[in-house]
Amino acid sequence: MTARHPLQFVPAEEFKARTRAATDDAHLRQSFRSAMDFLMAKRAAQFPDDSALQRQRETAEAIRRYSLARLPELLEQLERRLTANGVHVHWAENGDEANAIIIDIARRHSAKLMVKGKSMVSEETELNHAMEAAGIDALESDMGEYIVQLDGEKPSHIIMPAIHKTKQQIARLFAEKVPGVSYTESVDALIGIGRAVLREKFMQADIGLSGVNFAVAETGTLCLVENEGNGRMCTTVPRVHVAITGIEKVVEKLEHVPPLYGLLTRSATGQAITTYFNMISGPRKPDEQDGPEEVHLVLLDNNRSQAYADEQMRATLQCIRCGACMNHCPVYTRIGGHAYGTTYPGPIGEIISPHMMGLAATHALPTASSLCGACAEVCPVKIPIPDLLIRLRGEATHDAPAGRAPLLGQGAAKSRLMDAVWAGWAALYTRPALYRAFAWLATRFRALTPPVQSGWTASRTPLRPAPRSLREQLAERRRAHR
Amino acid sequence: MSARDRILGRLRAAAPRTAPAAPDVHTLYEALHRPTSRTERVARFCAQMTGWRGEIVRVTHANWVDTLRGLCAAKGVNSLLYGPRGVHGEALAAAGLSVLRPYDRPVDTWKEELFERIDAGFTSTRGAIAETGTLIVWPDAAEPRLLSLVPPIHFALLDAGRIHDTLFDAICAEGWGSAGGTALPTNALLVSGPSKTADIQQTLAYGAHGPKELVILLLDETPAEAGTDPATPTTEARP
Ligand code: SF4
Repeated sequence: MTARHPLQFVPAEEFKARTRAATDDAHLRQSFRSAMDFLMAKRAAQFPDDSALQRQRETAEAIRRYSLARLPELLEQLERRLTANGVHVHWAENGDEANAIIIDIARRHSAKLMVKGKSMVSEETELNHAMEAAGIDALESDMGEYIVQLDGEKPSHIIMPAIHKTKQQIARLFAEKVPGVSYTESVDALIGIGRAVLREKFMQADIGLSGVNFAVAETGTLCLVENEGNGRMCTTVPRVHVAITGIEKVVEKLEHVPPLYGLLTRSATGQAITTYFNMISGPRKPDEQDGPEEVHLVLLDNNRSQAYADEQMRATLQCIRCGACMNHCPVYTRIGGHAYGTTYPGPIGEIISPHMMGLAATHALPTASSLCGACAEVCPVKIPIPDLLIRLRGEATHDAPAGRAPLLGQGAAKSRLMDAVWAGWAALYTRPALYRAFAWLATRFRALTPPVQSGWTASRTPLRPAPRSLREQLAERRRAHR
Repeated sequence: MSARDRILGRLRAAAPRTAPAAPDVHTLYEALHRPTSRTERVARFCAQMTGWRGEIVRVTHANWVDTLRGLCAAKGVNSLLYGPRGVHGEALAAAGLSVLRPYDRPVDTWKEELFERIDAGFTSTRGAIAETGTLIVWPDAAEPRLLSLVPPIHFALLDAGRIHDTLFDAICAEGWGSAGGTALPTNALLVSGPSKTADIQQTLAYGAHGPKELVILLLDETPAEAGTDPATPTTEARP
């Protein structure tokens, strides 16, 4: 299930095949089951008072909705403030443009090595591939990201990238790939190895890359949330710092950050706060001894503006990437992050990927849900995920209504057969005489029902009409009692 | 047309004509249960910080330098990095600590030495947050950013009178980044314990990339007298 090729396309058949492979992998299922149980319990312990939690969620939702309603002006304000602070602001329509901007910065500094803090947006743009192609090493420095990169994989969870791996697998990987390291299953020793390797790289790196958790428009501040300190290393030690973020991450005021930050860490890993909260407002000043001399921010659209254009789907952009929806998703827990084949797995991935990659590639994703509603219940910013899944299922199987621009890949899952079946169903159920005739025929000729019924009988007994319809049975009963 | 104009154009065309009212964050925090005295607030900070594996050592103005000297000896610290122009720089220099190393030149000129030969770093703090057991660190030209990151041990001096209840309180009381308030430095920081990770099988390990130990020298002259201090934010001028 390694993904050496860029994850740009998720054909439905491949998605189904991967989910089958994942559910058959007892090891993988055990890893995810226990990790998700652990994370759910830790989150629950942080919210002992449900009414307090609901107040926090309402405030967080209000902040995100307010920020999104004013998104264009807040982005401009952010750009003005950052520019005044000495930060270079770039805009990118898509991943390729973002990568080109970053490669250009790297080339201007003749950079050979870039160290990366955790950034899902840079996964989204496949930055590592692009850097490699440009002859610049891009090294992940978050422990989990470092581990998956060392194994030529992708993160399987947005918060805990190596959650699918056991410590034995990591011990083997280190012994194999890190020079001079012998096999050890001690987690402290393994982290020590990563620390030693990466400290060396922080010193050498020409550029540090980071994501952004919140961008504050009024002050021109980039906020970063982390436990390890690699984010601080990447944004402080190299001469150049490049931050990359989706256009939706902006809030107006610094005072809007605490409620979001408090819910983010509690929802994600059940921590009241992370070890570090890093607020960056500019490059090194002339009298300062450290910090990057140049700071850049790349603002990426990648079709987020398509979600923005629709009032219902705009809610998708409220997301603060806590990962709680995947931790609580019965489907994610069973198939793991890699099966989705997208940068963002789980419920949030099912509602955001169709915008980023188009429905032609992703129409199977919104169907990977039982609509149990657990995601919406835990989402700290109250995104109605199940409603959006249903909406996207509809968009994938229908043309856009008149007067509205089609979504990328609109109607990609349309099927003549399915349309015909529904048309037939509608005809049958709106014409009583036809319905009665059908029921009579179906019950009398039930012996002719095919024993193999496509996907249904793969793991279920065949569907078969009853010997008599309910109406007939009731009529018989009435006669008998008379 | 640039990418910027195209993106902004699309957003502007789609933005709702009337924005919802500004979110009311104050009400959320007003409803919080708060410590009722300074003693309680300090105790809460200490309990939370200890939970993050921060070590708390109570000191006074008279003895903190000697306490630091003792801690360095006990922890085998042979080189203690500090900012000579920092608020406590003079006091430290005057005490004649043999392990002191000044951070007084651009990092680029001595990166390897900083990474490989410094055992501990010392910083002041701007204040702290009781709710989450968090230090507010405000690096500047006198106390550079890497002081609290690269050395394996971070010593931080905290005035107990400068502990706020919540992050929100700290931002509002000091007006971080707002006109007429406190200007944000290049890199403001919140620090809650030593660096850590749980990326290998959810097993917690300390000292991921940053300090393995965080030691807080808690400057608290007020004898424990509950109830004397109303629960107002602590907003005295910076020491
Ligand atoms: S959709 Fe909600 S629960 Fe899922 S990652 Fe985003 S904020 Fe968290």
